[in-house]
Amino acid sequence: MRYLPKSPADREAMLKAIGLRSVDDLFAPIPAEYRLNRELKIPRQMAESEIVDFFRQRSRENGDGYTSFLGAGAYFHYRPVIIDSLISRGEFLTAYTPYQAEISQGTLQSIFEFQTMICELTGMEVANASMYDGSTAAAEAVMMAVRLTGRRSVVVARSLHPEYREVLATYATHQGMPLSLVDFGGDGRVNLKDLEKTITPETACVLIQSPNFFGTIEDVEAIAEITHRHGAMLVVSIAEAVSLGIVEPPRQADVIAMEAQSFGVPLGFGGPYCGVIATREKNVRQMPGRLVGQTVDKQGKRGFVLTLATREQHIRREKATSNICTNQALVALMVNIFMTVYGKVGLKELAKQNLAKTAYAAGQFAKHGRLLFDGSPRFNEFVVETSEDPYAINGRLLGHKIVGGLPLKKFYPELGNAALWCCTELTTRSAIDTAAGLVAESERSVRSAKEEVEEVAR
Amino acid sequence: MKHSTPKATRHVNQNEGLIFEKSSAGKAAWKLPPLDVPEVDTAKLLGAAERKDLGNMPEVSEIEVIRHFTRLSTWNYAIDLGMYPLGSCTMKYNPRVNEAVARVEGIANGHPYQPEKISQGALLIMKTLSECLIEITGMDAITLQPAAGAHGEMTGLLMIRAYHHAKGNPRKKILIPDSAHGTNPATAAMVNYAVENLKSDSRGMVDIAALEAQMNEDVAALMLTNPNTLGVFEQQIHKIADILHAKGGLLYMDGANMNALVGKVRPGDFGVDVMHLNLHKTFSTPHGGGGPGSGPVAIKKALEPFLPTPVVVSKPDGTLGFDYNRPQSVGRVRSFYGNFGMFVRALAYIQANGPDGLRQTTEDAVLNANYIRKGLEGTYDLPYDTPSMHEVVFSDKLQAKKGVRTMDIAKRLIDYGFHPYTTAFPLIVPGALMIEPTESESKEEMDLFVEAMKSIAQEVEEDPQTVLDAPHSTRVSRLDETQAARKPILRWKP
Repeated sequence: MRYLPKSPADREAMLKAIGLRSVDDLFAPIPAEYRLNRELKIPRQMAESEIVDFFRQRSRENGDGYTSFLGAGAYFHYRPVIIDSLISRGEFLTAYTPYQAEISQGTLQSIFEFQTMICELTGMEVANASMYDGSTAAAEAVMMAVRLTGRRSVVVARSLHPEYREVLATYATHQGMPLSLVDFGGDGRVNLKDLEKTITPETACVLIQSPNFFGTIEDVEAIAEITHRHGAMLVVSIAEAVSLGIVEPPRQADVIAMEAQSFGVPLGFGGPYCGVIATREKNVRQMPGRLVGQTVDKQGKRGFVLTLATREQHIRREKATSNICTNQALVALMVNIFMTVYGKVGLKELAKQNLAKTAYAAGQFAKHGRLLFDGSPRFNEFVVETSEDPYAINGRLLGHKIVGGLPLKKFYPELGNAALWCCTELTTRSAIDTAAGLVAESERSVRSAKEEVEEVAR
Repeated sequence: MKHSTPKATRHVNQNEGLIFEKSSAGKAAWKLPPLDVPEVDTAKLLGAAERKDLGNMPEVSEIEVIRHFTRLSTWNYAIDLGMYPLGSCTMKYNPRVNEAVARVEGIANGHPYQPEKISQGALLIMKTLSECLIEITGMDAITLQPAAGAHGEMTGLLMIRAYHHAKGNPRKKILIPDSAHGTNPATAAMVNYAVENLKSDSRGMVDIAALEAQMNEDVAALMLTNPNTLGVFEQQIHKIADILHAKGGLLYMDGANMNALVGKVRPGDFGVDVMHLNLHKTFSTPHGGGGPGSGPVAIKKALEPFLPTPVVVSKPDGTLGFDYNRPQSVGRVRSFYGNFGMFVRALAYIQANGPDGLRQTTEDAVLNANYIRKGLEGTYDLPYDTPSMHEVVFSDKLQAKKGVRTMDIAKRLIDYGFHPYTTAFPLIVPGALMIEPTESESKEEMDLFVEAMKSIAQEVEEDPQTVLDAPHSTRVSRLDETQAARKPILRWKP
């Protein structure tokens, strides 16, 4: 086996040194009746070339060569080449959690820079590195608010990513945390009157997403005012990190739970991604996950260490803030490099391009389909309602190697034939025109079919 | 020992400040293509939601980004540089073909919501990996959704709770041996179970009499790591399972140490009901400085209705798809389907090994640990002389007489060119030195390690201060952790 660095002679010599006759003697502690006396029934040993072929074949069966208008919590942005050059360095790729600070300064300093940039972008004072993804970050942020307020119930916006809501429901099941939903209004944003009615003196926090699942930017200021007036905390989930380049961050939030996938992380069929929690300094001791702090060594030289470990499971065991241990460190490094490459000006320009492509696309679609929630500000997603079932339209789009918007009826039955479309800087005008054209064609054929029926009836 | 050892020589590495300290207005590492749609008036589109300023984000050029992160990287130790014997962490070689195949276009850029019709490649990867892991563990079904080991523990306990609940009583507590990893009790708390500690016996194994006394109808499950954190196989494992099962409890196995078992013995065959695997330990996906991991949970048939949604299924037309309609499911534990990129890497590792390679891997891992044990026995105190599997735990008892503790020895090991072993864990061994070489070490590398450890033991006798002041060869030494925690500085400020 090519990964094993021993010759048969080495193994012999080692067994001899240990004082054993055969490898089987090493497994003597395992009762004989449980030992496996056959080969595992798994694929035979393959050459590297065969492995590469196997995955190339899988790639061809997996949407390779399609243009996609899907967003909904996973976004297709350009990834600068140097991200992979740098994260492929063995010193980053094959290192462990930086417990031994003296030989982990590279990882530690990069996390410190990550924490800083997340703070700059979100308007928060501290950020961790990292949580599994945006959904678990939101769930852990809510549990943090429950600990901080001493209250237990939670108000959740229906305009939050439906899968994030599902994950929160799973986490909350056995925590004695009742969840109640607050609906969205005709503008696609949290219904403020409904929020006033739903929030109670028992509410620990209100959890919203902005830009929300429909791509609409919430009125965070108004929501924060209501939330804080009731003594609850505001937790804001951000699923599309690139929005932070042009959309004012939810500075009124008490906790921000982010999915940073948009910052240089491949779509990868849903993971690995990078969750982050950011908050105010006063809340830091209830924050879950790894934190890096600046300190000095015995010579007084600046250095970095993992800190505030008394929050964590390896010290506090069942009294820890969370059970999280392994997180998404290498993915956080991708995010870090992405933020460094684009920086202060690039992130803004990048976000502007997303905004422009989306505005153009929304305009094209609005000519034929109906644009929902059109009066509200949006970032790079929009909802189009068609007369025909969007699954049928998408079926035809596939023939043009285009993946259409996400049909919403699975998550929001009341939205009927609506679908969620996304454009990024990588979406071309010609793809937009083709997709909008096919939607227009669908509308025309439904209309003419209807007219035909009406004519026959007349 | 001043500037070189048989394993390592000191050489110059570059200084590097924080990226913010290199930033100046007008530098850029990015370039966008010209816009092919009309420009927009941001203020008009966004109104009050428009962001004007991005604060102190850096402005640097591409070469500076490359040098910055390359310089930082050289300050890290890594498996690619040498032996990384962290016990319980399984720091094995991370094959590069895994990285290559994870970056093939359709795999790297597949959207989680793209139609199933054009997701057959990803679904087949998930199905094939699931089948391999089920065969390796001897279990009946699996979920790949959990993102890490601790997340897998939570998922497993949620299923255990749902199983008991369906039988009419969710039960109240989880038994956890005193040798367990901290995630076990932390997880039990997240699923709202009380934790009851279980004592180890004089051989470092579960105390059967104590288990019998503590087991009753309030106990939902025992969370057991096997081999345990001492690297010892629980020889009475079936007896343990019987005691639990007799009172309706379940046996949860923390698969952190599965690297000692693959291809040699299957947990499903010795009474385990639920277990998680760490793809980033046993199945070679890179640790990446702390993640990403992946923590699939394998289960016996009786727990199958409770798997998280969705589940990969074969459809009547022969294609693969996701099944969301599972009324007894514990729900979702993560968005989408889990850390898919890690599934790709783990499957590539299994394919590169095949059945014979995986078995040989396990044999070499156990051989290596026992070789180190033999090499250091006598030099370091061995608190439990029970046979070792894939790791060995010594204590600093002999060195403590000179005032030198496990952390000091660990820090001194850095000067010899090695990453330290795991210190001060498991908690049942005061001053533990927990060493797991994995199968990836050659005899030569391990001989150097044994030599270094012996040399340090000699230094402890002759010149303990050198060890107490270690490391002497690093950029920084013995950072002040107390100050870091007392007055936290968690971000750079201009």
